[in-house]
Amino acid sequence: MTAPAPSGVDGPATSGPAIEAVDVTRSYDLGGTVVDALQGVSFVVEEGEYAAIVGPSGSGKSTLMHLLGCLDRPTSGVLRVGGRDVLELDDSELADLRNREVGFVFQSFQLLPRSTALDNVGLPLLYRGTKRAERRELAEASLRAVGLGHRLTHRPNQMSGGEQQRVAIARALVGRPRILLADEPTGNLDTRNGAEVMRILEELNAEQGVAVVLVTHDDEVAGRARRQVRVRDGRVERDTALEARPAGPAGDAPAGAGPAAAGEPGARHVAGQQA
Amino acid sequence: MKGFEAFRVAFDALRGNRLRSLLTMLGIIIGIAAVIVVVSIGAGARDQIESQVEGLGSNLVLVVPGQLDTANPGQGAAAASPLQVSDGRVLGDVVGDDAAVTARISSAAEVRAGSRESYVTVQGSDQNLPYVFTRPVAEGEFFTQGDVDTRQRVAVLGSVTSQVLFAGADPVGRQITLAGTRFRVVGVLAEQGESFGVSQDNEVHIPITTAQRLFGIDRVDAFAVKAPSAADVPALSRGLRQALREEYPDQEFSAVTQTQILGVIGDILGLLTAVLASIAGISLLVGGVGVSNIMLVSVRERTKEIGLRKALGARQRDVLTQFLVEAVLLTSVGGVIGIVVGVGGSLLVNGLSPLPAKVEWWSPVVAFVVSAAVGIFFGVFPARRAGRLDPVVALRTD
Ligand SMILES: Nc1ncnc2c1ncn2[C@@H]1O[C@H](COP(=O)(O)OP(=O)(O)O)[C@@H](O)[C@H]1O
Ligand SMILES: [Mg+2]
Repeated sequence: MTAPAPSGVDGPATSGPAIEAVDVTRSYDLGGTVVDALQGVSFVVEEGEYAAIVGPSGSGKSTLMHLLGCLDRPTSGVLRVGGRDVLELDDSELADLRNREVGFVFQSFQLLPRSTALDNVGLPLLYRGTKRAERRELAEASLRAVGLGHRLTHRPNQMSGGEQQRVAIARALVGRPRILLADEPTGNLDTRNGAEVMRILEELNAEQGVAVVLVTHDDEVAGRARRQVRVRDGRVERDTALEARPAGPAGDAPAGAGPAAAGEPGARHVAGQQA
Repeated sequence: MKGFEAFRVAFDALRGNRLRSLLTMLGIIIGIAAVIVVVSIGAGARDQIESQVEGLGSNLVLVVPGQLDTANPGQGAAAASPLQVSDGRVLGDVVGDDAAVTARISSAAEVRAGSRESYVTVQGSDQNLPYVFTRPVAEGEFFTQGDVDTRQRVAVLGSVTSQVLFAGADPVGRQITLAGTRFRVVGVLAEQGESFGVSQDNEVHIPITTAQRLFGIDRVDAFAVKAPSAADVPALSRGLRQALREEYPDQEFSAVTQTQILGVIGDILGLLTAVLASIAGISLLVGGVGVSNIMLVSVRERTKEIGLRKALGARQRDVLTQFLVEAVLLTSVGGVIGIVVGVGGSLLVNGLSPLPAKVEWWSPVVAFVVSAAVGIFFGVFPARRAGRLDPVVALRTD
């Protein structure tokens, strides 16, 4: 593996959507009472897409993101990531999938406090068996890509919140996933740092073609995304990608017949015009 | 994740928590060191006793009355002894050399010379003792057959007794009082050495006939017989017993050899060492439980870290390996320190205390393997728990 290429397409040779969820539910059994965090969500993430998920607190946004990121498995429904059905994979295959297909950015950064920026960023590659020297090389390139070439050996407590979140983004990108999932990436940042992080995410999407799905409470941030998805009470209430399509049955996109069809990449631009 | 990487990650984690790592290791260090010291003392004691028993000569046979099982040599039969001094000639005929047989009885008594006094072992024997037991006379002479036959009150001192009573002056020709009776010193035996801090030279030898009168007994406890060579010992043993059974038809006799004594001593010391080492090993077990406990605490504390690693693609196996390697690293580093402490302690014991100690080459090797195994055994449970953590739940904890 070499330095980041301009295109985000070097994963498996599947040409379908990066992530495809059909009628996915997720229930938590709290010893008697069952919480239905997601109640039948269908959601497709296309290559190179830029989508914002909004919705009130507790509506299931994080639960959805965890499913998309293979951190969790749906209770029912079909979830395909990188063309593979998540429910058919064992733990180790799922770990491998989340290692290669998606990069995850958390609201609270989640950096290892005692490790340097380089070591933090190289972590996903460790679990891929990449050699140490190559890990450092790729981590450095990834840190430069988010403008942190001067913070390579800093530890998290030696960096500002904005810088820490950029380290987290570099870490999410270092494995060259096709999708970047960011759950309220600016939630812990002030306006200026938040704006900087958003600028980097947009730049990565535009220049490297990485699909970005982010959760945000900020209407302005959401407004700048080409596609907005509103979640409420565990359901998708509104998805601009579906509205933009002339003859699509809204909220009910069956596998293989939805936005994955040929010529669909145009849909992103339609959605983008709303911004 | 490769083994070496897991090692590096584990090492970093342990270094990040130095004090705790050291305290966790302490149990292992103490356990390993204690086992090594105990085993070394056991080995040292065995070596010392063996060399002393071997010093008797491998062709020595001790004939005692009674049916002895070899697990309990020299005990319990003396009271019923039918043996007489005259039986020495019967045994001498079996060996073909009267000088190769010496009779003995033992007792203990107070001995005085002028204002000095001491409590000593009194050996009643005959003129053949120096030859049979290979005990050279350092000064003067041993008593003679004439002394034995005529119940002379003459005595030969052990080197320590001589030193205690006469403080370096030549005792030959001087008087001592033994159990209230006056004796003339005719000689001093060469030094024999000590065992476990107890001198083998604090003794007085007198003619067996004199001893019988002094202590009011008319029997002989045992005969010591020197075989012409070690190869003759088994046949000679049978011959001696046979001869005595003909003398005393309804009595049993036993012939105890050095090989038997060595075997018995080896068994007893081995058992004793094993028991003591097991007791010391309990602290190793406690140390292992400590490691398990600390690893569980560590897993809980680092739940978030584990969740993150899994979120980034670590498999169950990767996390399990990391924590297992941490546990093994803890116990094996503790084991190495324990080995250093244990070997050092053994050398100190050997040098500074009367106990002998000898570090066997295998004990550090076994100690290292055991400490690593303790790490695996007590690390598996916490490591599995870490590996099974759900990334989403783990990341959520604060
Ligand atoms: N691990 C869990 N156990 C039980 N309930 C959960 C768990 N995770 C989320 N929930 C519940 O699921 C619902 C959706 O949560 P979440 O996805 O975090 O919402 P959001 O991110 O939109 O605020 C909430 O009611 C929440 O309490
Ligand atoms: Mg949330």
